[in-house]
Amino acid sequence: MIGALTILLLFQLIGEVAVQLSGLPVPGPVVGMVLLFLSLRWRKVLPDPLRATAETLLSHLSLLFIPAGAGVIQYGTLLADEWLALIAAMVLGTLITVAVTALVMQGVILIQHRMRQDG
Amino acid sequence: MLTGIWVYLAASPLLWLTVTLAVYLAGHWLFRRSGGRAFFNPVALAITLLVLILLLTGTPYSTYFKGAQFIHFLLGPATVALAIPLYLHWERVQQLFLPIVVGLLTGSITAILSAIGLAWLLGGSPRTLLSLVPKSVTTPVAMGIAEKIGGLPSLTAVTVILTGVAGAVAAPSLLNRLRIQDDAVKGMAIGVAAHGIGTARALQISSLAGAFAGLAIGLNALLTTLLAPLMVRLLHLTP
Repeated sequence: MIGALTILLLFQLIGEVAVQLSGLPVPGPVVGMVLLFLSLRWRKVLPDPLRATAETLLSHLSLLFIPAGAGVIQYGTLLADEWLALIAAMVLGTLITVAVTALVMQGVILIQHRMRQDG
Repeated sequence: MLTGIWVYLAASPLLWLTVTLAVYLAGHWLFRRSGGRAFFNPVALAITLLVLILLLTGTPYSTYFKGAQFIHFLLGPATVALAIPLYLHWERVQQLFLPIVVGLLTGSITAILSAIGLAWLLGGSPRTLLSLVPKSVTTPVAMGIAEKIGGLPSLTAVTVILTGVAGAVAAPSLLNRLRIQDDAVKGMAIGVAAHGIGTARALQISSLAGAFAGLAIGLNALLTTLLAPLMVRLLHLTP
C-alpha cells in the first residue's frame, strides 16, 4: 500500500512539474493521471497493490470533496445577490448538459452500430 | 473549563479532521436510512451538515480548513488513481472513440451555453455570466479560465462545487428516465457536466462509468480552456 501511494504521489509530482515547465492549461494531477495510464499501457501489467489502493481511494472520492464543498460558506453574499440566475444555471444547466451529452453519445453509438450492420 | 477545552480543540487539526469524517459517515447513514433516495445524496448531506456545524460554532472556514486540508490533499493522488479504471476499460474507450469525441464536443458547448443562457434570462450580471462559463470544469482549471475571460474566480469556485453536487444528486435518475443503459455513456455525461463530484457518483454506478467520467474530466478541462475565450468573444460578453 505504501508502495502504491508512493507511485500515485510520484506521478502527481511529475504532473505538477510538467505543468509548471510547459504552461499547459490543465491541473498537475490530470497530467499525472495521463502519464500513469501511459506507463501502465507500456508495461502492460497492473500491480495488485496499486489496483487495491486506487480502488480504495476512489471508493471514497466523494469524501475528498467535503472540505472544498464547505467553502461555499465563505461566499454566502456573492450567492445571495443573484441567487436565482445562479441556481438555474447550476441546476438546470447541468441537467441539460447531462441529457444532451448522453443522448448525443448514445445516438452516435446507434448510428455506428447500424452502419456496421449495413456494411 | 469546558470553554478551555473548546478553545484548544477548535484550533487543532484533529477536531475538524474528525468532524469531516463524521459528517461523511453521517451523510451515508442518512442516505441509507432514506432508502437510497437520490435527493438524500451523501455528499450534499455531509456538506450541509458541516456548514451548519461551522455556522453554529462560529468557526471561520480557514480554521476548519487547517484540519480538513489533509483530506483535501488526497484529491491529487485520487485524480492520478483514475488512471487505473481508465486502464482497465481502455478497450471500450477505443471502441467508442467517435461517440466520445462527438459527445464531449456537444456536451462542453452545451454546458457553457446553457449556463450563460439561463443566467442571462434570469437577469444575471455580465460578471456572473462570465463566472459561470467554466462551471462544469474541475476547480483549479475553472478558476484559471474565469480569470482569463474576466469572471470572478472565487464565484466560479462556488458554482463548480454546487454544479458537481447538483449533477451527483440528479444525473443518475435523469439518465434512467432517458433510458440510457450503457454505463460508458452515463459516466461520460456525468463527467462532462459535473467533473469530479459527479465522477465520485459515477464510480458508485460502476467502475466502467467511473472510468469514462474520469476521462471526461480531463478532456473537458482541455476543451473548455480552448472554447471558453472563443465563445465569450462570439457572444460579445464583457465584464
